[in-house]
Amino acid sequence: MPRGGGWRPGARWAQGTHSGEPSLDALPAHQRPTMRELGRRSEAAAPVFRALRSDDGTSGGIAAPLPPLWGLRPTIVVARTGQRDLVTAACAAALDLGLVPGMAAAHARALVSDLDLLDAAPDADRAWLDRLALHAARCWTPTAAVSGTDGLWLDLSGTTHLFGGEERFAARLLGFLRRLGFTARVAIAGTPGAAHALARYGGAGVRILPEGGESEALAPLPLAALRLAPEALAAAARFGIERIADLYPMPRGPLARRLGRGAVERLDQARGFVPEPIVPVVPFDMPEARRSLLEPIGTAEAIEQVIADLLGDLVLALRERSLGVRSLVLRCDRLDMGAQFVTVGTARATRDAKHLLRLFRLRIDRIEPGLGIETMVLAAPQVEALAPEAIAAVLDTARQAPDLAPLVDALAGRAGDAALFRLSAIESDVPERAISRAGPLAQPAGWPVWPRPIRMLARPEALSGVVALLPDHPPRRFAWRGRSYAVVAGDGPERIHGEWWRRPGEMWAVRDYFRVEATSGERFWLFRRGDAITDKTGDLSWYMHGVFG
Amino acid sequence: MLRAAVARVAASRGPVLPFGVGPVDHLLAGGGLDGAGLHEVTGASASWSDDAAATLFAAGIASRFAAAPDVSALWALTRFDLYAPGLEQAGLGPDRVLYAQGRTDKELLALCEDALRDGSLACVVAEVKAADQTATRRLQLAASEGNTPMILYRRYRRYGQCPLADPSLAMTRWRIGTLSSGRLASPGVGRGRWNVELVRQRGGPPFSLELEACDDQGRLALPAATADRAVAPGRTDTVAFGHAA
Repeated sequence: MPRGGGWRPGARWAQGTHSGEPSLDALPAHQRPTMRELGRRSEAAAPVFRALRSDDGTSGGIAAPLPPLWGLRPTIVVARTGQRDLVTAACAAALDLGLVPGMAAAHARALVSDLDLLDAAPDADRAWLDRLALHAARCWTPTAAVSGTDGLWLDLSGTTHLFGGEERFAARLLGFLRRLGFTARVAIAGTPGAAHALARYGGAGVRILPEGGESEALAPLPLAALRLAPEALAAAARFGIERIADLYPMPRGPLARRLGRGAVERLDQARGFVPEPIVPVVPFDMPEARRSLLEPIGTAEAIEQVIADLLGDLVLALRERSLGVRSLVLRCDRLDMGAQFVTVGTARATRDAKHLLRLFRLRIDRIEPGLGIETMVLAAPQVEALAPEAIAAVLDTARQAPDLAPLVDALAGRAGDAALFRLSAIESDVPERAISRAGPLAQPAGWPVWPRPIRMLARPEALSGVVALLPDHPPRRFAWRGRSYAVVAGDGPERIHGEWWRRPGEMWAVRDYFRVEATSGERFWLFRRGDAITDKTGDLSWYMHGVFG
Repeated sequence: MLRAAVARVAASRGPVLPFGVGPVDHLLAGGGLDGAGLHEVTGASASWSDDAAATLFAAGIASRFAAAPDVSALWALTRFDLYAPGLEQAGLGPDRVLYAQGRTDKELLALCEDALRDGSLACVVAEVKAADQTATRRLQLAASEGNTPMILYRRYRRYGQCPLADPSLAMTRWRIGTLSSGRLASPGVGRGRWNVELVRQRGGPPFSLELEACDDQGRLALPAATADRAVAPGRTDTVAFGHAA
């Protein structure tokens, strides 16, 4: 019974559970209330404030933590291979139950009935690995690469002291991945092959191998740890070779004959007899130029000079990497710690310093130098590949098509990017929908050659006093904007049907367009709604839509 | 001395664009429109159809200036009510016209100056309501500097007041009005007919002619002498053209 004076005799909560209404399930189907009524009987919403954290810091009442996506029940990841579904990965709980990657999904389900299945997403896995490799290359070591489909190689030579040694670095790495939701195993060894083998088959969460201990540490591991080709593994199984230690005493010639040269090479690489280079991922760094000034500057001429110097530096860097900029950001750091930003964009990738300087010159007046600018940084956040182009015919100087891109940039710098455009055709018969805007350097398509006016009203205006023969004659006379016109000639109708796939209201709509000439030579484009035969095509009202010259 | 002066003046003029209509080219100084000068166009009245006729006239000139492959004309305006398929039917297809929409006439004229000086366009057309004498001088200078023709389309500001009353340094000033076209033998609308009036030109007399509207390549034509007959070749200079005033 709730406290607080809410009690009154006969209140519904004080009654028995079934005292008020019979249970809905007990009713016959035709006596049950409809869904609509049931909706009205829904229970009151939970109080909003109860879910909030209370004042003393304890968590509020009913908000349950979000259930984790997987891990409560044994989970396997399944991929379709040919005709069969194969398990490609299994969680720890599933591994404990004896489900291993490589077995058929049907087999796994037969072994464990209470199993969660997820579809494999190799592309997403690969994207995550790439991101992690890039992050590693940015933050931890200059040489990082993706290894296989499930690992990363980090070349830690000379970098771990920055993180407090190898143990602490491995712990940090594991913590970082745990926060992202990954479980990982780390092995640090003298060769990539040994690290690869120990991370996957070593068994421990963190395995740090002392220098020169590769042969010894690899000895008890299975042959698969050496990244051998499947044929080599099959051959080794036929010969009864199971562990890497079995390979050590074997003479190398017969070994290479039986397992292939690749196997011997892998073994030597793992033991450190043959070097194995890592091909690192190269993170893209934004082209940037920076000038710190001896004296703070504040005049437009000085700023322009620095911008020209910065552009010279940047263009050199861009030319080396054969890139062109699509946008440039100039940051001016002032003495009073304020920063001023100026941005220019280009219609086409370019590295023409003169042109870019002209674009900046239009915007120098937007920089407020304040007490003076001490550092200027020019960065290119948007770049595109810009390779040298073959000129079609240098000797044919007669007619070279002029390049509009510099002009477009200059005009857009003055009036804004949206001010410059071309118009392009859309496949629609409705006149006002046939047009779309395209970029200023686009090559738009044209329209079919039906007679079209040169100027058009934004929205058609109704005509009054129309005298016309139905169904398909142009009007004899009409009045528009307070003037009446007598028509001496007319062409039409050009029938345009509504586009029902855009709006259901246009399902039956019809416009009949006429081109008419009035007595004093005015040529108008009129239309009538409806075809004058079926009522639902329109109400036979007349509209003015455009004018011909 | 005189020859040198004449040669200098001739060099400052750009390539000349003839209309291809005998009487017009005959009466125009230089035999056509200056390819590096400012030309003004306006409607004969503030009515919508005269406005459209003048727009088409400007579009026809622009399309003939931009007749070479891979060149574009710039059409600058503040209020967009053009219908691009109509422009295409005057020869100015969507791949050869670049639109620039400014907020004010002043900004528009500055855009046009930049575009003219750049010299990579075949022609610049601007629709403005107000452009004073200084603006036209700047445009004329920019046009001759960039060797690009400029067509200034002046819209009516007040109902009865012709915009060509303002002083201007344009090479030619045109006023276009619609006339009723010749009746066809069959019911239907024929080719439009305009009253093309050259109000002022440098180094030549003004005149007024009745011409047929531009075709799909932007070319004007003389009206046929009678309703049903084409103009006889070789007699184009003598047939019905009106009052050279």
